[in-house]
Amino acid sequence: MSTDKSKNNKTNIIEISKLNKWYGDFHALKNIDLNVKEGEIIVVCGPSGSGKSTLIRCVNFLEKFQEGTILVSGTELTDDAQKIRKIRSEVAMVFQHFNLFPHLTIVDNLTLAPIWVHNETKLEAREKALKLLDRVGIRDQAEKYPNQLSGGQQQRVAIARSLCTSPKIMLFDEPTSALDPEMISEVLDVMVELAKEGITMICVTHEMGFARKVANRIIFMDDGQIVEENDPENFFNHAESDRLQLFLDQILTH
Amino acid sequence: MSVFDQQSTRKPPISQIGAVLWLKTNLFSSWINSLLTLASLYLLYIMIPPLLDWMIFNASFSFGTVNLFGFDIKFSEAMATNQNCGREGACWPYIYEKLYMYTYGFYPRTETWRPNIVFGLTALLFVIVPLVKHYKHKNRVTLSLIILYPLVSYVLIAGGFGLLMPVSTDQWGGLLLTLIIASVGIIVSFPIGVLLALGRQSNLKVIKLFSTLFIEFIRAVPLITILFMASFVLPLFLESGNYFDKLLRALIGIALFQAAYFAEVVRGGLQAIPRGQYEAADAIGLSYFQKNILIILPQALKISIPNIVGSSISLFKDTTLVLIIGLFDMLAMVNLTSNDPYWLGRETEGFVFVTIVMWAILYTMSRYSRKLELRFNTENTN
Repeated sequence: MSTDKSKNNKTNIIEISKLNKWYGDFHALKNIDLNVKEGEIIVVCGPSGSGKSTLIRCVNFLEKFQEGTILVSGTELTDDAQKIRKIRSEVAMVFQHFNLFPHLTIVDNLTLAPIWVHNETKLEAREKALKLLDRVGIRDQAEKYPNQLSGGQQQRVAIARSLCTSPKIMLFDEPTSALDPEMISEVLDVMVELAKEGITMICVTHEMGFARKVANRIIFMDDGQIVEENDPENFFNHAESDRLQLFLDQILTH
Repeated sequence: MSVFDQQSTRKPPISQIGAVLWLKTNLFSSWINSLLTLASLYLLYIMIPPLLDWMIFNASFSFGTVNLFGFDIKFSEAMATNQNCGREGACWPYIYEKLYMYTYGFYPRTETWRPNIVFGLTALLFVIVPLVKHYKHKNRVTLSLIILYPLVSYVLIAGGFGLLMPVSTDQWGGLLLTLIIASVGIIVSFPIGVLLALGRQSNLKVIKLFSTLFIEFIRAVPLITILFMASFVLPLFLESGNYFDKLLRALIGIALFQAAYFAEVVRGGLQAIPRGQYEAADAIGLSYFQKNILIILPQALKISIPNIVGSSISLFKDTTLVLIIGLFDMLAMVNLTSNDPYWLGRETEGFVFVTIVMWAILYTMSRYSRKLELRFNTENTN
């Protein structure tokens, strides 16, 4: 963990401690402790059902948790709706199934939050939205509806939508899992660009190439707990636990 | 290795298109289908000719002289009477004479221009709304129309305010009353229904319980009961002399009744919205109301259009029940006018006429709903 010393000087933007979550009787997250520094890129991986999605969905309070604390930019997550909305305007999320609003055009999908949550004028919001669409390479699709676009394009729109409110933190919940193979790279390219710009990112993903290239830390989860965390080099080459070794063997054979 | 030439496109073979093929695939595809086709044709054969005979060929059209938009059109020397109309065909002059009653009820004849303007405005509304579709401020125009139209209509029909002769609701009747009850019922109950549907899905237990109880209670009770309650039971709870309008009571009853049905229709739509839409709306920081108004309801209502219109059509037909609390809508007028000693035994014409008018209105509604569905469809456009 000494590969990137510069990060150590920065403050923690997310502090998770002793986080426990149950779905009914099922113990989904067990004593999670995790600090994320400003500008850090974290990749979370692990077998399905290991709690990785649940973990990042707790960070913007899409999931409630029963024990422990999460601090985002120093604000503690509680039931207070006002606080939650403030945190959500700083923490953006990209979903596995894009979740674009099918009744709105692409550009309207982007301007919704700036206009209604951040009180920007329509004109400002639209201008910014078009710039972002340009950045993800689909400005010419601005007036179309989401279902007229391919999966890869839709996911790029979703990323642009979450960037519209200039968030400090981006959460990615398996952003490429629902995509056809030939569309994965266009989405990953956008994510790599983002990573270079210094935005804090937590990505749940199985794209190990992406993890190796941009992650500062990779976290391996299994059975609701963090089993191992390491920098990419050691993560892939010197796995300490058997469970991680087994997981790596399974996903890297092909 | 093989390389293939590009194929040219051509039309399908002639045996695969055209009328003969259509007949073959749709009406005579199997022996049982052929049998059904023939049976249907036979049914039409025994039903249609007598109907046409009664309605047209043996019917009397001796309206006398009719003034239509300022032109005198002479159908016959004098208007037919009940006697010389004959019994083997319809006596349309009877409908013509009672047309005023069917349309306006007991509305004062000197004031007919007022409901006429309202009818005109209503028709205009259906023309204007699609016209401003591409206008920049179309939302503002639509919203002001939604607010202005009922106000203007009310002032015109009810009168008062020192401007127009007041016409009390007892005098409203016929098609005018039918349209008033149906449109007020639909327009007022719709927002209530949406709120109830959201209430039933709410996380706040008290609101959820109240909405559920209200919906389930109303849905388990026939409309007639609610009309009776509103008309006869409600006044018992009010202080004597504290009179409030019979029509208003009926309207409140109908609006609450319809709200419960709309609530269930909208709830169906809400349930069809994927959870991801809620999560995405939450994740970008929208509040509860923003989420519902901007994201969830537009999609849920769009899915619900066919059912909303279906439920509205049911309500339109149910308005005929107001007869039992002494309001005279179009159908009640048929009964009333058939008591005219001069025109005894002509109810059939009245019922057929009302059927045709109802069908025309409701069929238009259902076509309009289809158009709305297509207009709002952004999911499957390519």
